[in-house]
Amino acid sequence: MADILTPSAWLLALLQALLFPALAPLLVGWVRKVKARLQNRRGASVFQPYRELRKLLFKEARVAHTASPLFRAAPSVVFVATWLAAATVPLLTIDLPTAVVADIIVLVGLLALARVFLALAGMDVGTAFGGMGASREMMISALAEPAMLMAVFTLAMTAHSTNLGSVIAHHLGDAFVLRPSYLFAFAGLTLVALAETGRIPVDNPTTHLELTMVHEAMVLEYSGRHLALMELAAQIKLLLYGVLVANIFFPWGIATDPTPVSLAIGFGAILLKLALLGAALAVAETVLAKMRLFRVPAFLNLALLLSLLGLLSHVILEVGA
Amino acid sequence: MSRFDWLSEYLARLEDDHLIARHGDNRALAPAHRLELDAEDWGPAGRIAAAMGLRHAGVWADPLGPGPMESDTEIEGPAIRVQACLEQGGDYLILQTLVSQARPVLGSHTPAYPGVDRLERHAQDLTGVRFLRHPDERRWTRHQAWSADDYPLRADFPIEGRSAGRTPADVDYPFTRIQGSGVYEIPVGPVHAGIIEPGHFRFQAAGEDVLRLEERLGYVHRGIEKIAVGRDPQGLIRLAGRVSGDSTVAYAWAAAQAMERAAGCAPPPRATSLRALLAERERIANHLGDIGAICNDVGFAFAHVQCARLREQWQRRSAALFGHRLMMDTLVPGGVAYGLSETGFRELRLDHAALHKTIEPLFDVIDDHPSLDDRLIGTGILAQADARALGCTGYVGKASGLDFDVRRDSPYAPYDQVRVEVPEETAGDVAARVRVRMKEVRASLWMLDRLLDALPEGEIAVPFPRPEEGAMGLGLIEGWRGEILCFVRFAEEGRIARYFPRDPSWFTWPALERLIHGNIVPDFPVCNKSVNGSYAGVDL
Repeated sequence: MADILTPSAWLLALLQALLFPALAPLLVGWVRKVKARLQNRRGASVFQPYRELRKLLFKEARVAHTASPLFRAAPSVVFVATWLAAATVPLLTIDLPTAVVADIIVLVGLLALARVFLALAGMDVGTAFGGMGASREMMISALAEPAMLMAVFTLAMTAHSTNLGSVIAHHLGDAFVLRPSYLFAFAGLTLVALAETGRIPVDNPTTHLELTMVHEAMVLEYSGRHLALMELAAQIKLLLYGVLVANIFFPWGIATDPTPVSLAIGFGAILLKLALLGAALAVAETVLAKMRLFRVPAFLNLALLLSLLGLLSHVILEVGA
Repeated sequence: MSRFDWLSEYLARLEDDHLIARHGDNRALAPAHRLELDAEDWGPAGRIAAAMGLRHAGVWADPLGPGPMESDTEIEGPAIRVQACLEQGGDYLILQTLVSQARPVLGSHTPAYPGVDRLERHAQDLTGVRFLRHPDERRWTRHQAWSADDYPLRADFPIEGRSAGRTPADVDYPFTRIQGSGVYEIPVGPVHAGIIEPGHFRFQAAGEDVLRLEERLGYVHRGIEKIAVGRDPQGLIRLAGRVSGDSTVAYAWAAAQAMERAAGCAPPPRATSLRALLAERERIANHLGDIGAICNDVGFAFAHVQCARLREQWQRRSAALFGHRLMMDTLVPGGVAYGLSETGFRELRLDHAALHKTIEPLFDVIDDHPSLDDRLIGTGILAQADARALGCTGYVGKASGLDFDVRRDSPYAPYDQVRVEVPEETAGDVAARVRVRMKEVRASLWMLDRLLDALPEGEIAVPFPRPEEGAMGLGLIEGWRGEILCFVRFAEEGRIARYFPRDPSWFTWPALERLIHGNIVPDFPVCNKSVNGSYAGVDL
């Protein structure tokens, strides 16, 4: 593994890290577009999220009088932590030095760091909505994190490594065996992804109703560039989960060597996979209503149960078989 | 049911309690019966009515000013006439009494009828009538725009108001608070995130559970009752159409009906049929919008978009045929302002058929979608006893098992000629209120075609005669939210002396405070939307 820690590999890692914020708004725009078409609307252009971010960046950032320095620092912390987490996820190629220095557990940790600051910022100004959002976010994440770790451990046990690159490589070299443990882990991780990225049925990213919000309630007091960072961080998180699901469970197409041709194929493949995943998300969001807040624990318990079943089926069916 | 089979019993019970009730001139406020009471009998009369299970349909005060008085009164100086409306089985009874403006004190009906709480406080803020033994002494409509000892509806208060400056914020309103460990307060509004009207909600919550909800309204008080004074009939209808914009036809009709009854004017049959056509169109448009909005509040955008599309097309047709998307200013005293051409007639027919075809599959989805059912069924249950105690009408009452409908139970032209189907549900939850709306859309569509089938020929308006000074009229219309009551009294030269519109939301706003009990904070928006009280209609 040490041989991939070369300058060119680091350059590739940097390129990949830059691709995340560059592509994240596009995925959101795509999901919105598909949703609009499913609702018989024309919908805004897929590039609309970029325009919104630019608009926010050029707007004045207003901060409440009661805000502490934490309130101003939080957007940067949340953004950087989410971005760093994204940088450890193989997007185009599995030969990623960042994946070597930071494994899946670091990824989960970075996301947790971002969440802690997001929740703190939500409570900082002292409005009722922010506190409500923070408390709900913590309830959801407290249940989602174990489920996510469990799903991740299932993969790690199969590959005997917590390095995402190795996990994907192991899966690629598996000759496409359909493993029950992967199916369970896939289902579990998908549910976690829906909850963690604030999508229907757990949270509604498009709602205007403060009393029902989770993620949006915490960023209600932000404006201008602060809000732009928070929004971009949320979009990167969605992309991160999308790439995670796409590349771990459907790794075909990802570059295994750093040649331009295979990188181009890897890029095309991930775009295609994300487009399909985004469309599936849009369909799910169209046919489902948001669930009642206190049903969310049941939803996440299901995710935990699925991940646990994945782990068990790995131990029972796959080890030594 | 024979007309007024309960009135004799009510009179007998009044007599048992040694209350003296004199029969008033019944033509003046037809179709209601009028009873005059002494001021000290006001409270007990309400208590007896409540014991008999009569519905309270509102109370209002009418400062008579220094003008000529009714003969048999011993009140000196200017007087205030207070009137209350009671109803059972579609028969209306008006109780009225006189108090002197110098010492305007009456017993409150609120202990027996919790629904009239805010109506009495409204009357107190605007006319100075004090209701004794009222459980809530706080101001209601008055924020800071006028002082506590100023009463805008009295004759000595200028119509243009007293202060031209900026109204101070209403900061020191004493909300009821709940103390306890883990109990916290959530202030919401008056400015909301969506494009809706302003109103403040104060939640006391523990965790996500709502312990208490208190509403604070009055942010869109425009002084409707005051600026109505001195208007001519045409001007009043224009004003009435703006009391609550989404019910513009119903309000205009209620005002027109009250004035026509006061003036003894009967609009031609074609005009009443066209009015019903407009009113049913309004009902369909608003119900479609509401059904979609309720679905949107639980994150089911598909139904929202479909309903919004249907409503938009519907309103565009209204704009093309009747000059306004919401059909404002389509009514005039004595008739309607717009006729219906042959082409318009055919277009409406096609519209109705097209809407009928579209809503069936859509309503099927909304009625039986597991993900929606999960959110709507069992949420925000309004018990029938609460609905009855508060006097809820319209879809809120109908979803809780009270199937009162003015169109059927106290029919006015043209509903005396058409069968009115009144949907009833008993569950009282959000889902029931959605189902009632869906059934009403279907029933109104059916009724629209019957109205077109039997559309009489002839004039669409008759000249409106000048009513005598002191003539009074009562308008009772089933708007899309429920029963709208409207009281009108004329001054000299056919000018308006008093106009009071009573929105059904006076009774459904308190219902919202009750039905939210036992629900969680994030379910409030959908509960609120399912009730959809009018802010403007009660702020006046």
